[in-house]
Amino acid sequence: MLPQIIKNMGVKLLLDKAHVPGIRFFETYRKEGGYQAVEKALKQMDPASIVEEVKKSGVRGRGGAGFPAGMKWSFIAKPEGVPRHLVCNADESEPGTFKDRYLMEFLPHLLIEGLIISSFALGSNDTYIYIRGEYAWIVDILEQAIDEAKAAGFLGKNILGTGFDCNIYVQRGAGAYICGEETALIESLEGKRGNPRIKPPFPAIEGLWKRPTVVNNVETLAAVVPIINMGGDEYAKIGVGRSTGTKLISACGNINKPGVYEIEMTLSVEEFLYSDEYCGGIANGKRLKACIPGGSSVPILPANLLLKTAKGETRLMNYESLSDGGFATGSMMGSGGFIVLDEDQCIVKNTYTLARFYRHESCGQCSPCREGTGWMEKILKNIDTGKGKMSDIDLLWDIQRKIEGNTICPLGDAAAWPVAAAIRHFRDEFEWHVNHPEEAQKRNYGLAHYADPIHVPA
Amino acid sequence: MSKFNDEQLKEFSRLVARYPEGKQKSALLPVLHLAQDSFGGWLSAETMDYVAEMLQISPIEVYEVATFYSMYNLKPIGKHLFEVCQTGPCMINGSDDIIEYIGTKLGIKPGETTTDGMFTLKTVECLGACGYAPMMQMGKHYQEHLTKEKIDAIIDECRKNAAANN
Repeated sequence: MLPQIIKNMGVKLLLDKAHVPGIRFFETYRKEGGYQAVEKALKQMDPASIVEEVKKSGVRGRGGAGFPAGMKWSFIAKPEGVPRHLVCNADESEPGTFKDRYLMEFLPHLLIEGLIISSFALGSNDTYIYIRGEYAWIVDILEQAIDEAKAAGFLGKNILGTGFDCNIYVQRGAGAYICGEETALIESLEGKRGNPRIKPPFPAIEGLWKRPTVVNNVETLAAVVPIINMGGDEYAKIGVGRSTGTKLISACGNINKPGVYEIEMTLSVEEFLYSDEYCGGIANGKRLKACIPGGSSVPILPANLLLKTAKGETRLMNYESLSDGGFATGSMMGSGGFIVLDEDQCIVKNTYTLARFYRHESCGQCSPCREGTGWMEKILKNIDTGKGKMSDIDLLWDIQRKIEGNTICPLGDAAAWPVAAAIRHFRDEFEWHVNHPEEAQKRNYGLAHYADPIHVPA
Repeated sequence: MSKFNDEQLKEFSRLVARYPEGKQKSALLPVLHLAQDSFGGWLSAETMDYVAEMLQISPIEVYEVATFYSMYNLKPIGKHLFEVCQTGPCMINGSDDIIEYIGTKLGIKPGETTTDGMFTLKTVECLGACGYAPMMQMGKHYQEHLTKEKIDAIIDECRKNAAANN
């Protein structure tokens, strides 16, 4: 093999079989080594040792928060005689994010296998997949996979003769981003509006029907399969620091090869963006202007802070490196929704559509978020359409500051951060819109100085 | 007033059976989907009252849920519903042009239905297809990588099917 190819070929733990014809169906998945992790976990291990392996793996929640999954599992209460539940969060709705969809559509059995092991580890006999309502066709794919697994004895009563019973049900949501927040998801699963609950009590103590509940993202639960197959220690050797294992990244925007990629978290942002193995560079020969590297709620970065940190170090696609510099000069890994903007894109317009999104999705419980998101949307629309005032920029900053940290759930922060980052890094583009309202209707601000190298003090 | 037929009742029972005894309210979202699909693509007050009765909960518990989630239609819609995503990643790939093109072609604004009752245009927020933008939801499935030509073909197909069924 050529060195170049070796360099690009990262370890694939989740998507390695995604292109095997028929892998969506049980027979092929099983032939390819599927369900061996269930056999190992249920026959050779006990729940505590599975939790231990997941802890050792260091795998962090792949939905966006990045909380260590093994630790979350260890918090589950075990009161005598009270059923516990595992709930799979498949409400993927963060703009820029479509990785869970890919995984469920092409490798449904990988998720089901991860769910069986995780249900056994947590003592959940009735496990629910809460999937966003728009992914209607994926419900059929998952239900077929569940039926196949049941027919083969991997679900239902007395799985593999171990005495463990488990059923998995798929529940469709109905169009609400907020239901990706775990307590809102639980409310929705109980047949209510998706209003997040005040924590504590945490779901691990009082979750679904007031029973101890663990809610994990699709990708996190799928990762349990390779963790059990290879062992937590081996899994932790992949990646770097506290960014262990592999991560699915959904890449979109102005790039040559949008899609879902599995990466090792030692990959540089530059290689991910420009190599043919991944995004293949900016589309139509344009230049990079900005990127939102982890889903719409994480801070947008101008080109000159994306590939290198403010210290001039190579930025990597992992939790620590993407957040290097804090919010001043860094961003976040988030859900892995990698949105690329080329030189022709307007930061004001983009920020406006995101503000509109969060206004639309605010559940309305907390006034800072309910009122603030609508206010930000209106002001951004005014600036975008040439009706903005210079004082609006400071007003926007003030509003986002008053939302952040003042709401029950993180949707408030998620709405505030994109606005804050856009003003922080692209203030002159906002000012140009205000000062040149007519010109701004005819052309975009362009690349300006956003790709100029940043002076790094020695 | 419409009631579930035998097949729909079977599906209703399958949905309710997923939850513990006494927790049948948990089936509300899936049952509202079933009701919407069964009774003309939208939820009337009568339909919501019927769902409340079926699940033995009060009507207000159904109304508050039906009004919260964007996928439940609270007024009649056309035979074909075009739900075009307009959030950031779709916007930078030209969703504004697609929305305008559909609107001009059909002579309706977002939120409106054509006078023949064939098409409803709706703008929606991120549907998780950002890599395949611009896109829209049509019934159970997504139409992705939309172009004006693709829109023309979709609309022609819908009209052809309608003519064939008349």
